[in-house]
Amino acid sequence: MSTANDKRKAPAGERVADWADGRLGIYSLAKANMRKIFPDHWSFMLGEVALYSFIIIILTGVYLTLFFHPSMNEVEYHGSYVPMQGVLMSEAYASTLDISFDVRGGLLIRQIHHWAALIFLAAMMVHMMRVFFTGAFRKPREINWLFGFLLFVLGMFTGFTGYSLPDDLLSGTGVRFMQGAILSVPVVGTYLSMFLFGGEFPGGDIVARFYSIHILLLPGIMLGLLVAHLILVFYHKHTQFAGPGRTNKNVVGMPLLPIYMAKAGGFFFLVFGIIAIISAIATINPIWALGPYRPDQVSTNAQPDWYMGFSEGLIRVMPGWEVNLWGHTLVLGVFIPLVIFPLVLASIAVYPFIESWVTGDKREHHILDRPRNAPTRTAFGVAWLTWYFVLLVGGGNDLWATHFHLSINAITWFVRIFFFAGPVLAFIITKRICMGLQRRDRDKVLHGRESGIIKRLPHGEFVEVHEPLTQEALHTLTSHYQYTPAEVGPTVDENGVERKVSRIERLRARLSKAYYGRDNQVAKPTVEEYKEITSGHGHH
Amino acid sequence: MKKLSARRRHPLAAVVVLLLALAATGGLYAAFAPADKAQADETAQSLAIEEGKKLYTVGCASCHGTGGQGTSDGPSLVGVGSAAVDFQVGTGRMPAQQPGAQMPKKPVIYSQAEIDQLAAYVASLGPGPVTPTESQYSPEGADIANGGVLFRTNCAQCHNFTGAGGALTDGKYAPNLEGVSAKHLYEAMQTGPQNMPSFPDTTMPEQEKRDIIAYVQNVNSGDTATPGGLSLGGLGPVSEGLFAWVFGMGALIATAIWVAAHTAKAKKS
Repeated sequence: MSTANDKRKAPAGERVADWADGRLGIYSLAKANMRKIFPDHWSFMLGEVALYSFIIIILTGVYLTLFFHPSMNEVEYHGSYVPMQGVLMSEAYASTLDISFDVRGGLLIRQIHHWAALIFLAAMMVHMMRVFFTGAFRKPREINWLFGFLLFVLGMFTGFTGYSLPDDLLSGTGVRFMQGAILSVPVVGTYLSMFLFGGEFPGGDIVARFYSIHILLLPGIMLGLLVAHLILVFYHKHTQFAGPGRTNKNVVGMPLLPIYMAKAGGFFFLVFGIIAIISAIATINPIWALGPYRPDQVSTNAQPDWYMGFSEGLIRVMPGWEVNLWGHTLVLGVFIPLVIFPLVLASIAVYPFIESWVTGDKREHHILDRPRNAPTRTAFGVAWLTWYFVLLVGGGNDLWATHFHLSINAITWFVRIFFFAGPVLAFIITKRICMGLQRRDRDKVLHGRESGIIKRLPHGEFVEVHEPLTQEALHTLTSHYQYTPAEVGPTVDENGVERKVSRIERLRARLSKAYYGRDNQVAKPTVEEYKEITSGHGHH
Repeated sequence: MKKLSARRRHPLAAVVVLLLALAATGGLYAAFAPADKAQADETAQSLAIEEGKKLYTVGCASCHGTGGQGTSDGPSLVGVGSAAVDFQVGTGRMPAQQPGAQMPKKPVIYSQAEIDQLAAYVASLGPGPVTPTESQYSPEGADIANGGVLFRTNCAQCHNFTGAGGALTDGKYAPNLEGVSAKHLYEAMQTGPQNMPSFPDTTMPEQEKRDIIAYVQNVNSGDTATPGGLSLGGLGPVSEGLFAWVFGMGALIATAIWVAAHTAKAKKS
């Protein structure tokens, strides 16, 4: 810092920093964080994709609010889109048509907004899967995992409310779907529906209500959660993959300033550019072709955006069960899917807590797992994804039918069966693959890499030459920690008194064995094994 | 008068009344019925029926029966009218290739003249919807916007918002309407082929059919304007989601890998 005694004039940057520090006191904060180290791996940039698409959504969304009228007043259309001229529609739909055809750049901005929303949710999901499969959710990051999960769920509902705003026939059908689900709630369903819609469906309020939820309430909460998410990333420091020189106590990578800042800034523009290119070449939600919403009209191919597709699948494959009790109807065909909907999401959200309970591991983890080294977790993740995908197939069953020349009934039955069987099969297969990969790693460490060179020995035998791995590779392949299964422990104490073992304790021991028992992980080679096999004579 | 009333209950009275009534009806018909067609026309018509019957015997009779009465493999054609034949044969759906949930569109194997002969023969089996003339189906000057409203009310639940098609139960489907001629659209509405309900003029007047044709040809044809770029099949959020994942996430992940591969350390090993 410059002082009055200094003869020389400080450089401009320093003077600006000094000026700011005197007023904001940010010097120590900046000093601590500007040199923050971030490790480098492409999969660590998936969260960035989500962050940047969120920023793009906010920027384009602000532009759209300048022209969108969140009103359900009926007007006659006289804009420039000929096939709608003279049709009665809500002001919301008419203003969306105006944005698409009469506002300068309106259609492009609308398409960027919508494509970015689809990509935002997709990026969050891929980011979440990266965190899941590498075990980055373990202590101390469990809360941040939940923040991320909440962001995903809120993103789903922000998307849903936004997608319903134009009041077109497709989104109106989606709103009707949602209202039907609300109505199926026993006892309070009708009251909730009346409350939300301000009377009977569709009423004249829902667009205005969704508007404030979509542009204010949900994005506000998401912005707060996002900041908290990033603060926690800073606070915990980023995780890294195992490797020489990388420990649980350090972070190997590059400093935030200038390198990471430049890379991240550049990456933002790449993300923006890719989304803009997609928006410029591909139509999304052509509301002009869909027509205004009218409760007496409906179209086939009525699906929600992809992130809500699994709920569509749940409802499409559910048998239409119904129970009549004392003059009241319980629509199980809709209510059961409504109950399963949050369970699908919650099942992946609570997994970290189940795993930490099973392992009993209370240590901090800053080194990531390779998915194969946590076979049960990886298998669970793949099983969940399979479940999710099977439901997506159910949600798009009509398009699978028309495009693969199948019977829609057969697809529905496939989904009903694979809703239960798919995850189990995926779990078993994935676990087997992980074990195979672990065995291969063990083999590589002990016997080296197959070089592809075949040698013929003097007595005629053919052998393939194996090259030993480098020290770095050996370290990377053997640095993971292997748990021993938790035991129930002695049930009889030294005085011969039998201890009562709780059911929970037994369950935990059983689960722990399923995670880390002899058949569920391949023991990594010990130093002795390695020495014995590499010092052996005549070994090839 | 007394005489008449006295014979009122004669056993033959009913027969006499019936004869008188028949004579009156016949006489009135002869008096008011439209004039007979020209003789040459009549001959051409019967020639067409005769030729049509020959074609029918070769191409259709195995399923629909030798006299169009229908068999266990195909429905009766009595009363389907010439419009149904013009549609089914003119779009290649008939003759069918094989039994199935629904007969798909195929290359047309008959010439229009042969189709007309077949239609004439089938029409001779019993009265039914007549092949429309151009003034009936031409979308010239029709109201596209009204057609859109009608289409969304009556057609979209199976054919999708813009007629891109959709699935029905058990492998049946509502086909894509892109490239379907105005005449065939009109005939389909009029006759209700396969799984489609029919919309006769009593429920959907000619003008409304023309409006619908104008709408379909405006929003779902080769030269439909797509201001947003590629239409992705016009199938809605499923194809959009697929596109976002494959091309959007694909490009973004590829870019992330590219950026991460060019680190500041510039390590090239």
